Formats: sequence, structure tokens, C-alpha cells
Amino acid sequence: MDRIPILKMGDALLITIQVDMHDRLALALEEDLTAKIAATKAKGVLIDISSLEIVDSFIGRMLDNIAAVSRMLDADTVVVGMRPAVAITLVELGLSLTGVKTALNVERGMLMIQNRLRGLGDFSGRRS
Amino acid sequence: MAVVRDDVMPVRSSDDIVRVRQEVRARAIEIGLSLVDQTKIVTAASELARNTLDYGGGGTTRLEVVQDGGRRGIRLTFEDKGPGIADVELALKDGYTSGKGLGLGLSGARRLSNEFFIESKPGEGTRVTIVRWK
Amino acid sequence: MAVAADWAGVISRHHDEIIKGWLQQLRDDGTLQTGRIKDAELEGECRRMLALVGPELAHGAAHSPLGGELRDMLVALSRSRALQGFTPSETSNFVLGLKLPLFGAIGVDYPDQADVIAGATIEATRKLDRLALLTIESFQKSREEVIIRQQREIAELSTPVVKLWDGILALPLIGTLDSERTQVVMENMLQSIVEHSAEIAIIDITGVPTVDTLVAQHLLKTVAAARLMGADCIVSGIRPQIAQTMVHLGVELNVISKASLADALALALQRIGKRVVDTAGATAAPVEFLR
Ligand SMILES: Nc1ncnc2c1ncn2[C@@H]1O[C@H](COP(=O)(O)OP(=O)(O)O)[C@@H](O)[C@H]1O
Ligand SMILES: [Mg+2]
Repeated sequence: MDRIPILKMGDALLITIQVDMHDRLALALEEDLTAKIAATKAKGVLIDISSLEIVDSFIGRMLDNIAAVSRMLDADTVVVGMRPAVAITLVELGLSLTGVKTALNVERGMLMIQNRLRGLGDFSGRRS
Repeated sequence: MAVVRDDVMPVRSSDDIVRVRQEVRARAIEIGLSLVDQTKIVTAASELARNTLDYGGGGTTRLEVVQDGGRRGIRLTFEDKGPGIADVELALKDGYTSGKGLGLGLSGARRLSNEFFIESKPGEGTRVTIVRWK
Repeated sequence: MAVAADWAGVISRHHDEIIKGWLQQLRDDGTLQTGRIKDAELEGECRRMLALVGPELAHGAAHSPLGGELRDMLVALSRSRALQGFTPSETSNFVLGLKLPLFGAIGVDYPDQADVIAGATIEATRKLDRLALLTIESFQKSREEVIIRQQREIAELSTPVVKLWDGILALPLIGTLDSERTQVVMENMLQSIVEHSAEIAIIDITGVPTVDTLVAQHLLKTVAAARLMGADCIVSGIRPQIAQTMVHLGVELNVISKASLADALALALQRIGKRVVDTAGATAAPVEFLR
């Protein structure tokens, strides 16, 4: 079975979701990521969804779950690169992803994680 | 309302859900839906096909391109012979789930469509139909 | 009705005459005058419709749903007439012009059978009138589509998203917002956020006289969508009346709001870590933004 690769970038883990995710892949990702955060003591998790053409409540729940688990392991989750059409649709669907932070792109997301590490907090105190 | 094109796809595995999404996207592009509207109908399809699989024990998705006078649309029908829904009104409430979901599938799909119909009989199955017009 | 007219037979026996008479009728009505449609093209349309209308007259009951192919043809025809600038009556005359030649033909085939002719004429009139109504309806619909599209285009043109600073966009809205325009404008803004990698978007509604519930909801949804994308919105210039209406409508604008675009820009700059300072000698207000 395919698995989604998890890259280590400094203090953060980067996951780039590129495929049209089927359900098993999503569950495997949750598992792999939990193990990887524990193993690497990562302080942040960046999930790049800029390739995703849709996010449904299944993926939404996966993102929420990842954020919740990461938080318990003392890591921040930042979802980056959500497309406008996807964002508009998610709002209509009723999903607010309250547990995750968001950033426009990977660089910005990385900055948010670094700022938190330096005790700066992200500039806007954006949703936490 | 005339049916311009009509396809039926199985929904038996999570790979089938991916295929349904791809096929709905192709139809949506074909009838010229805007990117946002494409995304809305594909997302609604994903939610409903997942319900067919998870709660209905599998079934089918029917994809139709329909025409009413000058306007075109996509009509999707999700059907299963599963346990049915005892209280449809409750199932349509935001946040209601009998499983581990977020309870936004039915209510969300309704908001994402122009037309929404649901028929369900306990013990017989469930049929949900949505339409999105250009 | 004792004997029904054999429409199929009548049409096949008098086919060419009917077409000729019909075209003459259309010419007399002026359909061809402005040169918007060519003689040959019009004749092709007549032939196609006659081929489709024959079976409809022969079989279809007066109140049965219109045949698919005939219906589609007339819808398409009315649409192109609408786009070419024909009037609704010119469009419906296309169908109505068929009546006289048809009735002439039936008179020839059933001489001295007034009851057959009367029955057939009434029946055909009903059907052709329905078809004529269909063309008017489709014509109207196409015109509406054109208008909606133009409104969209105007909305886009009249609402530019402007870059105020690196990472800061502003959307100065002016005039009445309807739900359609709001949606277009908001989608554009979200797209611009991506294109400019803007962290902050200021939606300035100083120039908006009123806001209804639907528009307020669009506004809120856009703010929520921007957040999901990783950008923040500031709404500026909410007029007192609008604030009051919204509270009365039960719409809580749960967003960051500032009195003026200048205040919003000051906040935005602060958020991206910039500060505006007085330079030596200058005494003007720090940030004065003129639209
Ligand atoms: N096809 C179906 N067959 C049986 N029950 C269904 C079906 N679709 C939905 N339901 C019921 O409706 C509830 C709400 O569905 P939904 O809004 O999609 O939320 P979720 O999938 O998160 O539970 C489900 O939890 C289930 O009890
Ligand atoms: Mg569901």
C-alpha cells in the first residue's frame, strides 16, 4: 500500500498531500505521523494541501485528528495552501477546522512554527 | 427535464469513492460549471458516496447530465439497500452522527446542492438525489 | 371528431409548397430584412422544424410534453435569435408563420370536409401556439443569462482588488451589494490573496449604503474561507445604519472591524511587523490613505 511521505525540516515535519486520498491512506498517515512526532520530537507539523482539489468531512476530520494528537505531543499543526474554491466549499459544508492553524504557503507556515518556538507567538494569534 | 447522459457506478470500496469524485468532476467540467461550483458538487458527491459505503453497506451512484430548457445540470443519485435511516430529520441535523463522523455529510451536501431529495425506509435502504445547475 | 386529418400525408404531399409559403410569410414579417440571418440558413431551419413537427402533429396529444428533439431545436434556435438581437415577436413568428401554409395544404387535401379541417386546424393551432410560447420563454431565458453574465463582468470590473503593501490587499466596495455581485467579488478577492501571497485583506465597505442578510452572510463566509487559506480579513467602514441593521437582522459580524480604511491599514501594517513613523520636520498624520 502507498504511504504519504513525511519529511523532516528543522524542527518541523512536512507532509505534502498530492494524491486524491482514499480512506486507508488517510488512516495510515495519522498513524505514521503520530509515530514520527514521537520519534523526532518535532515541534510542528506542516500539512501542505495545495494540490488537493477537494476537502470533504473525512479529510477534515483527519486534519482535526492530526492536530489534536500533535497538540498532545506538544507540536503545532499548520495546514497550508488551501485553494480558494476548497475553502469556500468547506465553509458551506460547515467545517471550520477550529483546531488547526493555517498559512498561505509552506514558508509562511514554517515561520509560524519558528515564531512559536522563539516564544513570539504567531503575529495574529491566529486560531489556535 | 431531458437526460443527456446517464452512467451508473458501483460504490463498494473507498477506491470507488475516488472514482465517483473523478467522474463527477469530469461531468462538471463538461457542462461548464465554475471552479467553485465544480468543487461544491464533487465534495457533496464525496460525502454521499461515503455514506452509501459506510452506512448503506455499499450501493451505486448514478450520474446524469440533465437539461431543462436552456440550462444544464448534473443530477446524482446515491442508492443503497442498507439499513435505512429511521429519523431522516435528525440525520439531516448539522453535527448528528451515529458513527464517528462529523455529522456534516447530509446537511453539508444539501447546502452544496441546488436541489436535494432523500428517501429512506428502515430495513429497505436509502436514496439521496442532488442536482447542481449551471 | 369522426375522421382525423392525416397530417403526415398532408405534409409529405405538400412539403415544398409549405416550405415556400412559410419562407414567404417570414420574409413578409421582416425576419430576413436586416441580414442577420441568411436565406439559406432560414430555409434549413424551416426544413428541420417541419421534419420534426410532422410527427408531433400526427401523434402527440395537445397536452403531451413536447417532443425532446423538437423542443431542443427550438430552444437552441431561440437562444441564437436572442443573441443575434432579434425581437421576441420575430422569434415566435418563426413558428407561427407555419400556420397559414399548413392550413392551406389541409384545405386542398380535404375539400368539402369542413369538420375535418376545423378539427385539424384547432389541434394544430394549439400545438404551434405552445411551440411559439416555448420560443418566447427560451428567448427570455437567454436574454436573462446574457444580463447576468454582463452583471458579473461589470461587478468584476468595478471592484478591483488593490495591493496596499506587500502582503496587504484592499477591496474597496462601492455601491449596492447584491448577493450575486458579492459572491463574484469575494471569489476574486480570495484568488488575489493566493496570487499576492497576502496575509491580510481589508474589505472596505465605506461606499456601501446598505447590506442585507444574504450579503452579510457572504461577507462572513468569505472571512471564514480566507482564514482557512491562511489569511486574515479586516472589515472597515461599516456605517452606523449597517451595523444597526445587521444587529437587528441577527447577523453578528464576528470579524475584526475598523472604523476607516486608514485605521485598518494601520492595524494591518502593525500585524505584518511594520510601523509608520513621522520623519523629521513632517507634521502630517501618519497614515492617510486616499481612495
Ligand atoms: N446511506 C445511509 N444509510 C443509512 N444511514 C445513513 C446513510 N447516510 C447517512 N446515514 C445516517 O445519517 C447520519 C448522518 O450522516 P452524515 O451527515 O453524513 O454524517 P456522518 O457521516 O459524519 O455520520 C449518519 O451518521 C447515519 O446514521
Ligand atoms: Mg457522512
